[in-house]
Amino acid sequence: MSEKTLPDTGPRARAEAVGGPERTQMQMIVRRFLRHRPAMVSLAVLAVITAFAFLGPHLWAWDHRVHGEIPPSVPPGGDHPLGTTRAGHDVLGQLMRGAQQTLKVALTVSVLSTVVGSLWGAAAGYYGGRTDALMMRVVDVFMIVPLLVMVAAISGTVRGGTTWWAVSLIIAVFSWAQIARVVRGVVLSLREQEFVEAARAAGASPWWIIVRHLLPNAAGPIIVAATLLIAVAILLEAGMSFLGFGIQLPDISLGRMIDDARTAATTRPWLFYPPGVLLVVICLTVNFIGDGLRDALDPRQTMERR
Amino acid sequence: MTVTTSAGGAGTDPVRPDDEAVLEVTDLSVDFTSEDGPLRAVRGVSYTLRRGEALGIVGESGSGKSVASMAVMGLLPKNARVSGSAKVLGREVLGLPDSEISKVRGERIAMIFQDPLTSLNPVYTVGYQIAEAVLAHRRVGRARAHERALELLRLVGIPHPEQRVKQYPHELSGGMRQRVVIAIAMANDPDVIVADEPTTALDVTVQAQVLEALNAARRETGAALVLITHDLGVVAGHVDRVAVMYGGRVVESGPVQEVFHSPRMPYTLGLLGSLPRLDGDRATRLTPIRGTPPALNAMPAGCAFAPRCPMARDRCRDEEPALSATDAPGHTAACHYSGELDGVGPADLFGDGTAAAGRERTRATGAPVLTVNDLVKNFPIRSKGLLRRKVGEVQAVSGISLELRERETLALVGESGCGKSTTARMLLRLIERSSGEIVYRGQPLHDLSPRRMRPLRHELQIVFQDPFASLDPRMTVADLVGEPLRIHGERAGRARERAGDLLDLVGLDPAHGSRYPHEFSGGQRQRIGIARALALQPKVLVLDEPVSALDVSVQAGVINLLEDLQEELGLSYLFVSHDLSVVRHIADRVAVMYLGRIVETGPTERLFREPTHPYTQALVSAIPLPDPVRERERERILVTGDVPSPADPPSGCRFRTRCPKFAHGLSEGERTRCVEEPPELLDRGSGHRDACHYSEAVELL
Repeated sequence: MSEKTLPDTGPRARAEAVGGPERTQMQMIVRRFLRHRPAMVSLAVLAVITAFAFLGPHLWAWDHRVHGEIPPSVPPGGDHPLGTTRAGHDVLGQLMRGAQQTLKVALTVSVLSTVVGSLWGAAAGYYGGRTDALMMRVVDVFMIVPLLVMVAAISGTVRGGTTWWAVSLIIAVFSWAQIARVVRGVVLSLREQEFVEAARAAGASPWWIIVRHLLPNAAGPIIVAATLLIAVAILLEAGMSFLGFGIQLPDISLGRMIDDARTAATTRPWLFYPPGVLLVVICLTVNFIGDGLRDALDPRQTMERR
Repeated sequence: MTVTTSAGGAGTDPVRPDDEAVLEVTDLSVDFTSEDGPLRAVRGVSYTLRRGEALGIVGESGSGKSVASMAVMGLLPKNARVSGSAKVLGREVLGLPDSEISKVRGERIAMIFQDPLTSLNPVYTVGYQIAEAVLAHRRVGRARAHERALELLRLVGIPHPEQRVKQYPHELSGGMRQRVVIAIAMANDPDVIVADEPTTALDVTVQAQVLEALNAARRETGAALVLITHDLGVVAGHVDRVAVMYGGRVVESGPVQEVFHSPRMPYTLGLLGSLPRLDGDRATRLTPIRGTPPALNAMPAGCAFAPRCPMARDRCRDEEPALSATDAPGHTAACHYSGELDGVGPADLFGDGTAAAGRERTRATGAPVLTVNDLVKNFPIRSKGLLRRKVGEVQAVSGISLELRERETLALVGESGCGKSTTARMLLRLIERSSGEIVYRGQPLHDLSPRRMRPLRHELQIVFQDPFASLDPRMTVADLVGEPLRIHGERAGRARERAGDLLDLVGLDPAHGSRYPHEFSGGQRQRIGIARALALQPKVLVLDEPVSALDVSVQAGVINLLEDLQEELGLSYLFVSHDLSVVRHIADRVAVMYLGRIVETGPTERLFREPTHPYTQALVSAIPLPDPVRERERERILVTGDVPSPADPPSGCRFRTRCPKFAHGLSEGERTRCVEEPPELLDRGSGHRDACHYSEAVELL
């Protein structure tokens, strides 16, 4: 669309030729996303990491467990390209498994809390008044109770660690509230817009307005919050593992690996840097993809970017 | 050099122009760099402003009228490239460093912007700010400066200046703030006052006060005035010469009477023809200019107006006409064929043939469709803090009764804050009423549950004021127009099909349905809004200021569309507006609101010919006529002050605090009645009713 506005056909004049082929909304969004270079590069990188995490373990000789044949504390090279730990893990094997668990947790948390948080926040913002006050007090409760303290309290009763699914659920329970607050703020200003009033005048129900108008227009802030949440979820999971509630040895996650290698960063850097770099790369790619999505979903963005 | 003349009548030239040029702009061009290439906002503008003269610069949005003056003032952002010359009293000001230009701004040129809140410092009292300006230019003591501040406030017509000097900007109304800005401009004792849309954000009665203050400022300082505005009526009454801008150039300039009475550029002619006039014939159809103004980054090769001009020939498309003299002295126009415009009217050039005959308004207005009885809306004012107790009420609408008949246009008129939009929204149950009845064809709407109300949404629809805010930016136009159908359970395919038909109906290309609202211009978006409102085939359309956000040339097209649709589909309109000229053109009956009450209602023709309520009289006389001669000769009924707060309306008649009759024409005993007894809306014959104890008809047009 090179032109800013379309030629006016004048009062009641007949149609004139359209400039440019007609595309559906979905095609437009895909096109805009494809043209967002950082997002496309990030998507490719994330795809490679995902393949590495999920297919890698099937192809590589060593898994993430301790094996008697593995010599302890060997630097990278030879049979173990990323070296080994003192206890006898292959670091490459651990990295694959760790990335897999971390990706699972991060994406599950992100999806769960974004869906719940957005709907909760949008409903609170749209209905306003008492409903809003009540719903936001619930949000406050989830915001002020520190997650790690809760986990420490629960972990006393749960023995021997948990699965990635349970970990995700716990983190999601304590992180949707942030999204809800962000979305409520956006919706509070959106609901005063005339297009919401127009929908009400046409007889739309509150849920129609929330799903069709409010959430799509809040997509920008929601995506930003959701991508930030992924990084937070990865770190929280590491912290939980440390407290003995998250993913436990012999199973492993990236957070867990970094945590274990804290003291080895200078003496045995091969234990610290591979999971560290991978974690940073995952967070970065997710952020860029979020950027791309936000721009692609906004029809006001010009299609040519960078 | 303070020349104080006696306060003469409004609208006359307060200062005699002489020949010394105070501001001389030559070949001024401004380019902005942008992602889409250079935007040529101003292209070779030249004008000379002589001492004491008033020059009006008119143009629609995007014509470059504001940018040109900002460039002279050195107020443009960094990405602007300015070339040409601008001399203030013979001294070049373009390219001066910041410190130098701000000295010129302070001493020689004073600027008045549209939004007075941003030009006043919120943390100082207005008295202090005026005194500062006085001290900067005169060697006087603080006490003397303070006295001068009081004097200036009195000069710009602010009542009780002794109290006002101690107040902060936020405590004053918009009109008063604008007058404070004018007082500061006067204290600077400038040679030129540049006023950029000084009254656009204000109501008409307040606009009249501010324009009067501007006249006072010119009388007092002898300054020349550059008045930038889109309002041809304001220009007609207040300037000596006028320059019309289009596409970044001056396309016509000359003495104001000359330009208004025999325009020599088709664009000017088109603008005059697009304007609904208070003094025009109601039956005449407006003649809009087709198309939209050119994009600044894609100027046509020849004349910028050629794509919209019915006279355009090959030469116009290839060669840009220079601004050259016409047969009348001082009158210049940029048109190759300006000679052919002698004696041509707007309808001859822009009319579509059918319109010339005039439309007969033989609409047999039938039975009442929508009836409103004693409708009241009070918004609670709540205390801050946890309890949020109710501490008061804003009485937005206080007992209104209306009757909208079949195929009729009923206009609801009033200034901002009078409750007209609240009323419109209550009719559609977008705002819940406090009390009163709303009846649609015998069925009470006011106590229906949202679910029972839904089927009735088919019958009653609304078009909003702001064509930018009222369309969801994330939906395609076809989805937007079809949305009401989808809400009422229509299949997606069928809804899209209907959306195409509806776009066609409002004069848009159905093939553009897959585009997003931001790709359309303001006028086109308003058509989309109308198409959406028509999707459910309603019988009643509530139009909430449907054309006030649009430029004049585009507005006329939308008004014509509304008239055609009414004719074709048999609609009833409730037309909410503050613009009396538009109302007079489109409405069959008018109801005038003031502070939540209807003060006068009657058939349009009669109400405008002989208004009986003092408020209506003031409103009608405050509307500027786009006719320099009549505008300057009219009798005016000025009101003073601002609309009181609806949280604490005056007792008795709500208008009495501003009523000229109450202030000057009544005895003590008569006034008591106004203070104590709220006037009823009483019939004065043939459906003309007013709410004034002492009403009498006055002929104003």
